[in-house]
Amino acid sequence: MALAQLTDSHETGVQRSDVLSRFATRHGVLLVVGVVLVILPAVAGEFILDQVVGWSLILGMIALSLMFLGGYGGMVSLAQMTVAGVAGYMVAVFGASSLPTISLFWPWWIAAPIAIAIAVAFGTLAGALSARTEGIYTIMITLAIAAAFFYLTLQNWPVFNGFNGFTTIPAPKAFGINWRHPIPLYYLILFFAALSYVVVVYVARTPFGLALQGVRDNPRRMEAIGYNVTAHRVAAWAFAALIAAVGGILMVWLNNQIAPFTVGFEATIDLLVVAVVGGLGHPIGAFIGAIVYVILRTFALDTLVDIGLDGRRFQTLIGLGFLVIVLFSPDGVIGLWRRWAARGRGPGGRNAP
Amino acid sequence: MATAFGNEETVHSAGRGDALTRWIGRHPVAALVIAVAVIFALWLVLAPWPAGFSAVFGRKRLFVNALFNGITLGGLYFLVATGFTLIFGLMRNVNLAHGSLYLFGGYMGYEATQWTGSWLFSYVVAFVCCAVVGIAMQFFIFRRMEGQDLRQTLVTLGLSIIFSDLMVWVWGGNAIQIDTPDYLLGPTPTPIVVAIRSSGAVVFLQYPRVRLVIFLAAVLIGVGLWLALHRTRIGVMIRAGVDDRDMLSVLGYRVQLLFVLVFAVGAGLAGMAGIVGGTFQSISLGEDSHFLLASLQVVIVGGMGSIPGAALGALIIGCAEQFGQTYFQNYATMLTFVIMVIVLAIRPQGLLGRH
Repeated sequence: MALAQLTDSHETGVQRSDVLSRFATRHGVLLVVGVVLVILPAVAGEFILDQVVGWSLILGMIALSLMFLGGYGGMVSLAQMTVAGVAGYMVAVFGASSLPTISLFWPWWIAAPIAIAIAVAFGTLAGALSARTEGIYTIMITLAIAAAFFYLTLQNWPVFNGFNGFTTIPAPKAFGINWRHPIPLYYLILFFAALSYVVVVYVARTPFGLALQGVRDNPRRMEAIGYNVTAHRVAAWAFAALIAAVGGILMVWLNNQIAPFTVGFEATIDLLVVAVVGGLGHPIGAFIGAIVYVILRTFALDTLVDIGLDGRRFQTLIGLGFLVIVLFSPDGVIGLWRRWAARGRGPGGRNAP
Repeated sequence: MATAFGNEETVHSAGRGDALTRWIGRHPVAALVIAVAVIFALWLVLAPWPAGFSAVFGRKRLFVNALFNGITLGGLYFLVATGFTLIFGLMRNVNLAHGSLYLFGGYMGYEATQWTGSWLFSYVVAFVCCAVVGIAMQFFIFRRMEGQDLRQTLVTLGLSIIFSDLMVWVWGGNAIQIDTPDYLLGPTPTPIVVAIRSSGAVVFLQYPRVRLVIFLAAVLIGVGLWLALHRTRIGVMIRAGVDDRDMLSVLGYRVQLLFVLVFAVGAGLAGMAGIVGGTFQSISLGEDSHFLLASLQVVIVGGMGSIPGAALGALIIGCAEQFGQTYFQNYATMLTFVIMVIVLAIRPQGLLGRH
């Protein structure tokens, strides 16, 4: 399948010791990054903490759910931002917001689980619909689902408050901590992002994860061995929806608002850009793509103006960057890095495709 | 070789006719229900309504207008979606830049009407401009990544991001309306009774002429495409390519030329649809994603790579959208969504799709 180009595991044909040493270096990098993220609040300002790093981690979580489906399941879903949006909207509907006519003001420990449950049900339904078709149909069906939800939120006033959406959706006060403050909120986001990363890495190595990758590579053969292909796919959708839903709730708590354009066409596409630019081959790709995207989004405008270009052409820049990655490094930034690392080791390294 | 394909075709269509009679023979109840539904629908449209009906459906004028708007909108959707479905059917390329081609065609048509003042000529301009873009996309990019459908789709996605931003740059964010030419302005009387006045005078439906004419043109284009696909040698080659591309190229046909041709026609049709859209409604920022979504829905409901499927899907989606907007505004998109879900659940390949 064409997906193999994007997701083929680079472990094949590599010496065992090579794998180990590379694992160690990657582990080292992860450790350093982890320590930096934990001590970041001591040095960084609120803007960097929440709007750059926090937002990257949340976007990375939602992109991680896309990466899990695309990379391990071979199903590139454009509905993950929508799943996150459903969770976000539901937390605004069941929890607190500035709209007493719609919001039910239930406590967070009821509202958040209900929101997650609804979003997971939604994601599983989307999965059940597209799991029956093959490959490239998934993109079309999920894009149609995403767009349908976007137009629904735009048109519907009784539940989704139409164009305006919801504002003032605060993170709760719980366990004696006010999670609305930037630093607790940052640690909350960091905790769930790290948790989802670890869980995805773990699940990919469980029998379920391995069977899922088998389904990706050759569904017919897996069916013949006796695996239920559709059940594995739908289960993967449910798991991915859980990650996206948690990300969606954190997103709403961070931004303090949700509106149709949170789940709009552009947001949907941008999430795929994030996942593909980072690389669908490894969970860390989602977070790399997210930080690259957020840094570009935050600082590129000024830079473009500084070097004498029109700052409004930001989307063209994103599109061109995305095209370059898709055309020249289909496995994203991690692919570039892997090839660079392999080249650094001289002739023993793996030849880049 | 072509005669062999031709023979196969006649056998195939005869088989299809048999299948219909067999289906009726096997499901007499379902056939009866469908026949009654069709007759009821005709009566609903043509006859004046009894009082009880208006209580349920609102005034008849509302209903008939929604129906006509839905059907003519379906014509527009058909124009956009045929190119999309042909390109997918032959090349397995989900062209997510199709909405951008639609918008580009609309803008080029607008420029052409501004310069030449001729509405008809602008169709030629839009067709040629979009066809050239389509050919360039196929020739410079997709030719180099054949068989990698996900990568191709991602490339079309990147292109659509760039195209839409560049179009905002050139034409700005404001909506642009293409003027209807004088000879198509105004309403046309139709033989459909909308109401009967208390004086006994019968009120007939008046409907904008331009929409009717464009719908007829869409039907003609559809029939023309169908004939081209089923009665010409190139059409036979294209259909053979849809069924088994590798075998076609093994037989010595120049598949690459065929791809370029189909991409050109598909893109050109999307461009022409842009002018239709600009005349019906308006063209603006965001219309590209709207029409990409419409094409996706049409093709998912109607079936991949099938022109009759695109026609059926376009009618269903167009009507669903209009009826939704007329009768339950807050949940209008849910109607199309539910239709899509039902089709996917029962026939994942679409109503007229083959697998």
